[in-house]
Amino acid sequence: MATSELTHAHQFDDAQQQFDAASLGMWVFLLTEIMFFGGLFCGYAVYRSQYLPSFEAGSRLLDIRFGATNTVVLLASSLTMALAVRAAQTRKRNALMMFVVLTMLLGIAFLGIKFFYEWIPDWKDGVVPGLHWVPTAEVVEHVAGRAGAVLPRVELFFCFYFFMTGMHALHMVVGLGIMTYLLLKGRSGAFTSGHFAPVEISGLYWHFVDIVWIFLFPLLYLIGGRY
Amino acid sequence: MSEGPVPVRIYLTVFACLLALTALTTRVAFIDMGPLNTVAALTIAVTKMLLVILFFMHLRHSPRLTKVAVVAGFFWLVLLIGLTLSDPLTRHWTPGPSPWVPSTTQSQP
Repeated sequence: MATSELTHAHQFDDAQQQFDAASLGMWVFLLTEIMFFGGLFCGYAVYRSQYLPSFEAGSRLLDIRFGATNTVVLLASSLTMALAVRAAQTRKRNALMMFVVLTMLLGIAFLGIKFFYEWIPDWKDGVVPGLHWVPTAEVVEHVAGRAGAVLPRVELFFCFYFFMTGMHALHMVVGLGIMTYLLLKGRSGAFTSGHFAPVEISGLYWHFVDIVWIFLFPLLYLIGGRY
Repeated sequence: MSEGPVPVRIYLTVFACLLALTALTTRVAFIDMGPLNTVAALTIAVTKMLLVILFFMHLRHSPRLTKVAVVAGFFWLVLLIGLTLSDPLTRHWTPGPSPWVPSTTQSQP
């Protein structure tokens, strides 16, 4: 990329160094985020190893179809985000706007599926942990079905499930806010005249959120002994 | 990313690979492989993560300093999870200690 004609802040040697510094700074922030989610994954692994049958029973209560659909939706949003960064890099304002809007729509679709097809039915099934952990008769029967007795600590699985998917959804909402910023500021061509670092590091954030889901999907939905 | 824009074809290929891996991991979940189910799920997830990091997040074209920072971060994460799990995953390796109950036969001073 020809960056020599671009201006840069006085503490940098050139525009390329400024871009690399922005990218490294974002990566360092994302690594703290990885440690944050890593702690949750670590806790999940510890309790899963202690209460394996209960965690597997809890996992089988989740609907794999919505989990898989949402994985595809989020991967597609990562593709459109990567293409948005490329549009900014190649200075195509309209393409940038289009791909950012597509990314937002896919992100909203993810949250919609999560909320209306998973969390609200979960609430009605009574599997949301709290003061009144009272699952419906069908849920209790489903959990007891294979083990022959009510398993202890299934609510522990759902504590992890709601906290981890909730934290992930919160990060998606923040991501949608960042996308809105890109739309408002990029409309005037601020990111398509050579300096596209804000789009690049917003992309890094969005892809990070995608990676968290890449791990949540198999760990929560898939390894529950569904065979 | 100093080598100019990545061709769209590469992004589409990576996306196709990610979709194929998603289909694979979902299919494998319905086959009984014992503990290997977890290993397979995590291996596929790590592969997908590497695809996203290297291509979508441009780490392939990033400066060496960025690469070192990212590898160091993941190394730290492996330490966190690995050392923590070294306790619960190895508890059954050794027989539990005998329960430490006060003996009733012991003579009182």
